[in-house]
Amino acid sequence: MIPLSWYLIFAAALFSIGLFGVLSRKNAVAILMGVELMLNAVNVNLIAFWRYLSFETMAGQVFAVIVFAVAASEVAVGLALVISVYRRRQSIVADDINLLKY
Amino acid sequence: MNGSVFNVTMFLAILPELWIFVLASVVLILELVLPKEQHRLLGWVTAVGLLVGIGVSLIVGVPPTQAQFVWGDLIRFDQLGYVFSLLFMFGAAMTALFSIHLERLGQRGDYYVLMLVSTLGMCLMASAADVIMLYLAIETTSIPLYVLAGFYKEDEKSTEAGFKYLLFGAMTSAIMLFGFSYLFGFTGTTNLYALVNLVAQKQLSPLLLYGVLALILAGFAFKISAFPFHFWAPDVYAGAPTPITGFLSTASKAAGFAVLIRVLWVGFPAIQPYWVYILTGVSIATMTIGNLLALAQRDIKRLLAYSSIAHAGYALIGFVAVSELGATSVIFYLIVYLLTNLAAFGTVSVFEKKSGSSEIAAFAGLSRRSPWLAMMMLVAFLSLAGMPPFGGFVIKFAVFAAAVQRGLIGLAVIGVLNSIVGLYYYLTVLKVIYLYRSEEEQVAVPIPEASLLALAVLCIGVIVMGVIAAPWFNIATLGARAMW
Repeated sequence: MIPLSWYLIFAAALFSIGLFGVLSRKNAVAILMGVELMLNAVNVNLIAFWRYLSFETMAGQVFAVIVFAVAASEVAVGLALVISVYRRRQSIVADDINLLKY
Repeated sequence: MNGSVFNVTMFLAILPELWIFVLASVVLILELVLPKEQHRLLGWVTAVGLLVGIGVSLIVGVPPTQAQFVWGDLIRFDQLGYVFSLLFMFGAAMTALFSIHLERLGQRGDYYVLMLVSTLGMCLMASAADVIMLYLAIETTSIPLYVLAGFYKEDEKSTEAGFKYLLFGAMTSAIMLFGFSYLFGFTGTTNLYALVNLVAQKQLSPLLLYGVLALILAGFAFKISAFPFHFWAPDVYAGAPTPITGFLSTASKAAGFAVLIRVLWVGFPAIQPYWVYILTGVSIATMTIGNLLALAQRDIKRLLAYSSIAHAGYALIGFVAVSELGATSVIFYLIVYLLTNLAAFGTVSVFEKKSGSSEIAAFAGLSRRSPWLAMMMLVAFLSLAGMPPFGGFVIKFAVFAAAVQRGLIGLAVIGVLNSIVGLYYYLTVLKVIYLYRSEEEQVAVPIPEASLLALAVLCIGVIVMGVIAAPWFNIATLGARAMW
C-alpha cells in the first residue's frame, strides 16, 4: 500500500501550487482556479487521513463532501461577481480593478 | 450527547437559526405577493421579525446552566452562543432599518434574504463546537456577504468591493481549511472539545500544532480584519453599500471573535503561550496600523474602516489576557462596539443619501443642516474614541483592566497611546461637522423615520451602556463563563 506520507506530500505540493497561483496570477478566473487547487489539496488530505487513520468514523468523508459542496457555491458566487465586474470595466485583470485604494 | 433521537433541547438550541430561516422564507414570499410600491414593508418585516425573534429567544430559548452538546455534538447549547446570537440578530435588525430608505437596496427582498442567511451563519459560528460545523457556518456567513458587498451591480465601486472581498475571502478560508484538515489528521476528531484531550493523549509535537494554528489563524484574522490580513477592509468598506459596511464591520467581526475565543481557548490550551505571543504582536500591529493610516483618510467610510481595524486590535488586548475578565471584556467590547459602529455607519448612510458623497469635507456645516444627525454622530464618534460617559469608554477600560490584571502593562500602555491617536481623527471629523461652514447650510438633511428609530435606539443604547454598565457586563460574564 502506498504510504500515507506520499498523499500528504502530494497535498502539500498541490496546496503550494494553488497558493502560488492565487498570489501571482493577474486574471481573476485564474485566481479562482488557484483557490480550487488549494481546496482540492484539502480534500486529498482529508480523505487520506480518513482512510489511513480513522477508517471507522465518518467525519473525514463528511468533511470532504461538505468542502466540495461549499467550494462549488463559492465559485458560483465568485464567477457571478467576476461577470458583474467585467460588465462595468470590460476587464477581469486584477491590476485594472483599482478604483478603491489608499 | 445522543444524535439519533430528537428532543426539545435540540430545537431550542437552534431557535434563533430556525427563526431566521422562517423569516427569510417569509420575506421571499412577501416580495412575490406584495405590489411593487409596498416593498418598503419588506425591511420593516425583517427588522420587526428579528426583534420579535430576540424576544422569543429571551423567553424560551435560554440555555441551561450546564452547557449541552446537541445535533451529534456539532453545536454546543451555551450562553456564549446565545449572547452572540442575540447580538447578531439585533445588528441585522438595525441594518435592515438603515436600508429601508435606499431604493436600490431596501426595496428588494433578495437583499434582506441574503442578510438574514448571513446572520444565520453567524449564529451558527458562535455556537459551533465542531470544525466541520464551523467551516460550514463561516462560509454560510461569508458567501452572502460577498454578494451584498457587490450588490450595486451598476456601481463600479460596489462591484469592485464584492470582487476583492471574494478573492481575499476565498483564499484565506482555503488556508484555514488546510489547517483544519491537518487538525483532523493529527487528532482523528473534528470536535473542538474532544480535540483537547486527544492532543494531550497523543503527545503531539508542539511544532505540528504551531503550524496548524498558524494556518487557522490566517482565516480568523481575515474575519476580524486583523494585521496582516486587513488589506481588504478599507477597499471593501468604502465600496460596499453603507448599511452593509456597518454590518460587515460589526456583526461579521463579532462573529469572527466569537469563533476565535472558542477555538483558541477551548481547542488549544496546550500551546497557549505560543498563540498569546503571536496575538499580542498582532494586536499591537493591528491597532497601530489602523490608527496611523486612519489619520490620512479623506473619505469617512475609509476612515471608519481603519478605525474598525484599530478596534479589532483593542479587542485583542482583552483576548490575550487569558482570564475570565479577559473573555468578559472582549464580549462586552463587541456588544458596545456593535451599537456604536452601527450608529456611526447609520448616520453616514443617512447623510450620503442626501449629499451623494462620503468625503469628510462634505460634512461641513452638518450641525446647522441637521442638528439631530450631527448630535448622533457626536455620540457615535466620541464613543468610538473612548470618551465617558459613552459605552466606548467602559469597554476600553475593561480590556485595559484585563491586560493590567495579567501583568501586561506594556500592552495596556500601547493601547492607551493608540486611543489618543484615535481621538485626534475622530475629533477632526467632529470639527468639520460642528465648526466648518458650507454654502448649503439652508438645505436640511432629513432623517428617514426607520433610520431615525434605529439611530435613536443605538445612541440611547450607547449612552445607557456607558452610564449603567453593570447589567451588560454581567451578560458578557455569563457568556465568558459558559465556554468551558
